[in-house]
Amino acid sequence: MRVEAYHFPQSLEQCLDILGRYNGGASVIAGGTDLMLALKEKKVALEALVDVTRIPEIQAIEFKGDSLIIGAGVTHGMVAGHDRIRNVFPALAEACLSVGSPQIRNMATLAGNVVSAQPAADSAIALIALGAKAEIVSPHGPRTELAEDLYAGVGKSRVDCRREILTRFIVPLPGPHSGNAFTRLAPREALALPIVNAAACIVLEDGSIKAARICIGPVAVHPFRPQQAENSLLGKPAADPAVLEEAALIASREAKPRDSLLRGSGKYRQVLVKDLVRRALEAAVNKATED
Amino acid sequence: MAAEQELNFILNGEPVTVRVRPDELLVDVLRKKLLLTGTKKGCGEGECGACTVLLDGKPVNSCLIPAMKAKGREVLTIEGLSKSGELHPIQEAFIEAGAVQCGFCTPGVILSAKALLDKTPAPSEEDIKTELSGHLCRCTGYVQFIDAVRRAAQKMGPK
Repeated sequence: MRVEAYHFPQSLEQCLDILGRYNGGASVIAGGTDLMLALKEKKVALEALVDVTRIPEIQAIEFKGDSLIIGAGVTHGMVAGHDRIRNVFPALAEACLSVGSPQIRNMATLAGNVVSAQPAADSAIALIALGAKAEIVSPHGPRTELAEDLYAGVGKSRVDCRREILTRFIVPLPGPHSGNAFTRLAPREALALPIVNAAACIVLEDGSIKAARICIGPVAVHPFRPQQAENSLLGKPAADPAVLEEAALIASREAKPRDSLLRGSGKYRQVLVKDLVRRALEAAVNKATED
Repeated sequence: MAAEQELNFILNGEPVTVRVRPDELLVDVLRKKLLLTGTKKGCGEGECGACTVLLDGKPVNSCLIPAMKAKGREVLTIEGLSKSGELHPIQEAFIEAGAVQCGFCTPGVILSAKALLDKTPAPSEEDIKTELSGHLCRCTGYVQFIDAVRRAAQKMGPK
């Protein structure tokens, strides 16, 4: 099958309409950095490409009320260079900055990174730790889901990009005494997939931990939240290093990194999970304490 | 034969119209249809940076994006950098610093350097390393790139 048409819909309605006309034969394209490779390698066959990067209503980064809104056309470069995001959500800014290279970050979108559904995707790891929700429009109407609930397997999203559009992320703004951080180890600092990455988001109350979210990749078929580790932190004093160390140890036991020719042995990566989770927790607690 | 679509964009300051397949990559349209072979195709997977061009002033891998994405936008390739036969100051700086050897990565690196200097006229070493991190060069060892970008910044900066 050859791609027969390239469309630039001007509204979400028009976009759904075009996808509907192809009845599963066309796909949404955002940055295209994953999709064009998949097309070239004949991993997907499509009749048409429907580009969502010129639909005006989904191109912006916006702080609105108690949320940060990130439209489907927003690139990693836009987020990494956004001063207020760097200040409020350092985990997200850092994660975006670690994706690919400047050239890739100028094209690749956060929505694409989540819909591509790779368990190591840096910006997805940060979004999930921050409790981001995704808004999706489909022929059956709009729906809102937690970003972490959109995974159906490695490379398989519950967002059907042949019929639906992930239009925007809604990231809740952190309240007082909260902090977030991202950590990552890769063979080099650019154009390298992570051996392990982790993001943490912490809320403190009177010096003890009131809420904690952690997300780790790639240690499962989807971005992984070690919920026992998160729960172990609740009500504990944030200033006690043993508390964070213990949570990191629990996280490393919950995570089940596989042996990987690309990324290293499972045992090695399990140790890395512990170290990177601890560092992310420490950095998040430090920021929450300054806050 | 797949349908071709008309594509209009600004290439090196001049409007162009070309017919392209919907999934035809920007690098192939530049090289094969517009015969601008200064843009190199290296890995074809966004890893090496040889195909870098500026899209609305920002570096992108032209091997990863469909040409249709250029519709109505501005593309700058290495051919658009020199003016009336005179090399651009960044090109001069690359020659002076010995930052060119085999030359395959050079067009892309120079365009990334231009994007950097356009937004950051006096970049730090860290700025230069970050902006050039999407390029592989097997000849220079990269040290000369940093020198070249610094020289270019001096040439282009306030006298």
